[in-house]
Amino acid sequence: MNVKETISRICPSVSFEEGECLLVVVPETDWYPLAKQLKENPDLDFDVLSAVVGMDWKDSLGVVYYLTSTSHNWEMISVKVAVTDRENPMIHSVSDLWKVANFQEREVFDFYGIKFINHPDMRRMFLRNDWKGFPLRKDYDANPALNPIPVDDEKHEDETVKYVEDADGNVKEVRGKVFEENDYVVNIGPQHPSTHGVMRFRASLDGEVIKKVDVVSGYIHRGIEKLCESLGYPQILHFTDRMDYMSAHQNRHCLCMCIEKAMGIVVPERAQVIRTMMDELMRISSHLLSFGCTAMDLGATTAFFYGFREREMVLDIFEKTCGARMSMNYNVIGGVMADLHPDFVKDVKALIEIMPERLKEYHTVFTGNIIAQNRLKGVGMLSKEDAINYDITGPSGRGSNWSNDCRKKHPYAAYDRVEFDEVLETGCDSFARYMVRMREIEQSCRILAQLVDNIPEGDIRAQVPKVVKLPAGHWYAQVEASRGTFGVYIESDGSKNPYRVHFQSPCFNLIGVMDLTCTGHMIADLITIGAALDFVIPDIDR
Amino acid sequence: MAVNIKSMKREDFKDNEYIDALVEELNATGANVAVGKLDQLINWGISNSLWPLCFGTSCCAIEFMCLGAARYDMARFGFEVARNSPRQADYIMVQGTIVHKMAPALVRLYEQLAEPKYVIACGGCAVSGGPFKKSYCVVDGVDKIIPVDVYIPGCPPRPEAMFYGLMQLQRKIKVQKFFGGVNRQQKIQDFFRQHPEDAGEY
Repeated sequence: MNVKETISRICPSVSFEEGECLLVVVPETDWYPLAKQLKENPDLDFDVLSAVVGMDWKDSLGVVYYLTSTSHNWEMISVKVAVTDRENPMIHSVSDLWKVANFQEREVFDFYGIKFINHPDMRRMFLRNDWKGFPLRKDYDANPALNPIPVDDEKHEDETVKYVEDADGNVKEVRGKVFEENDYVVNIGPQHPSTHGVMRFRASLDGEVIKKVDVVSGYIHRGIEKLCESLGYPQILHFTDRMDYMSAHQNRHCLCMCIEKAMGIVVPERAQVIRTMMDELMRISSHLLSFGCTAMDLGATTAFFYGFREREMVLDIFEKTCGARMSMNYNVIGGVMADLHPDFVKDVKALIEIMPERLKEYHTVFTGNIIAQNRLKGVGMLSKEDAINYDITGPSGRGSNWSNDCRKKHPYAAYDRVEFDEVLETGCDSFARYMVRMREIEQSCRILAQLVDNIPEGDIRAQVPKVVKLPAGHWYAQVEASRGTFGVYIESDGSKNPYRVHFQSPCFNLIGVMDLTCTGHMIADLITIGAALDFVIPDIDR
Repeated sequence: MAVNIKSMKREDFKDNEYIDALVEELNATGANVAVGKLDQLINWGISNSLWPLCFGTSCCAIEFMCLGAARYDMARFGFEVARNSPRQADYIMVQGTIVHKMAPALVRLYEQLAEPKYVIACGGCAVSGGPFKKSYCVVDGVDKIIPVDVYIPGCPPRPEAMFYGLMQLQRKIKVQKFFGGVNRQQKIQDFFRQHPEDAGEY
């Protein structure tokens, strides 16, 4: 049955807007019942909440939700909910339906001050709890005197608040604590070598066993989304390289794709193939780093050197063509920045020739090791249902046997003309996630081998107007980054600056399952679970 | 007294002026022969076993890991013992953006380092805020909150650039006065005179 008809039958008060995907505008009072139907009605079955985008439309504040149905051919719809009250905006939380909304809604609260009714833990996500104002609102006062550089630690970080609605519809504020009074809480981070950046966890323990993990994020929150609103489209591209720096090409590819989609630019074939190859090289480099770091977190320093040896080969390829080892700034609107280096084909062939042998070496050095096996197998269990509910995409989700590869579901660039397998593992544990990464390196090599001799001749970028302007409207694009599905949402009012840019990062969802996967395990396993989930902190905080 | 390192020739470095100024300052105050020799010995030791604190917030940290791996191998210079505790480290190499929420933690880590301690601002973000300078919650340059010895520009700096910066720090240490000197104490006091809000116990 048609999705549109079903929705209007369930909830007659909605209105529809046609766009790249169906947009459902629903009044706030009807949002929660509709959400429940969207999730649970078998005709709709939107089981994945792909993105939650907070918005300030000046006359109203609101949220745009992007929902995907895995059973209905990965069809996507968006839902818009808005409230006009700027002083005390409130929207019903859907965090009990889609668990991924828990952190996503906290982010919206942090940026826009929208309170979510019945949300279990309405604290700020990235900014300190003494921050004044909501930075992504259009009327935010950016005066540095209001929020000077702090000199002391955050106070009252244990306190949390809930907005609970009773049967009569009255909303009451309920204060509570994150941990119970007699909990023994161990602090990990923000400066800790095994958190892969400045992430902070607070774990309450029963002996050595973890009872609860509280994730404290925001130690590298740079406000990229707000910065984007004051810059032109070509100027915002470089931020994507600096979010998940291990998926720099893919992230930038996604933003370029979203802008190209909005402007109707057709990217030349040569650029499409180059982009695909760069994405796969980036994936290899990322998974090699992940291998090295997982090994190092377990104390196996030697394996780290092996992983980095091959990673340098990839970096050399990047350096020759893009001019930099990291933060390559290679994709541009309409194509790529520069043509391939004459050595490119030779270097890529050399890489894919040695990789199978080197992978065997990694497995000899590390994978088969009894310590590695004991510390990865059966640890950090994440069922397929939870992976879908928490929207854990990428290698971590595929380790739970959830087929979610964006390259297969919504093919883009040159992925529709290459043969590769989507790597799936059934283990659901840390070891399965680790193995997915190792096997994905093989698949990336396979894609590269098919393309390396078939790079079409032609232009490397399309003709793009000097001043890039998008028509009024909004767009959402997705790519498969090294750690999962990376999404970009752009809303334009027709000027040369975006009205709103939102980056839906895969790593942000990964930290959402830290509590779920770590509870019941030893404190030492928190490190290996984190290593196997393989999050990159600047991608979480943005 | 001058900076004379066998493997690091003067002409290999571009900015020798500030080292010359430091040498001049050192010579002007005059040094006792015995103390001067002891100074040289100690500075030789410190400069060849500089232990960094693992402190990476973003991309620069990955390049720093490349420094530790086999190709660049920072063990050649004595930098390889990256410590996780500030109590055991000699310097902080700030790799990445420092935001408002992180600032108190960085200041505390700096305070926890034992003297003599040094700071390297590595990468555009740590030097000046880099591409995020105009953000609402980014500290535009770590020198706003802690004193910096060496700046390494780049986004992120190449491993070679990081070595250049680290070698500059070594050269700088060669001309510091360990005994009876006021270099570092003076510097800290000067810093907190300029930033009275951070003075605290000083």
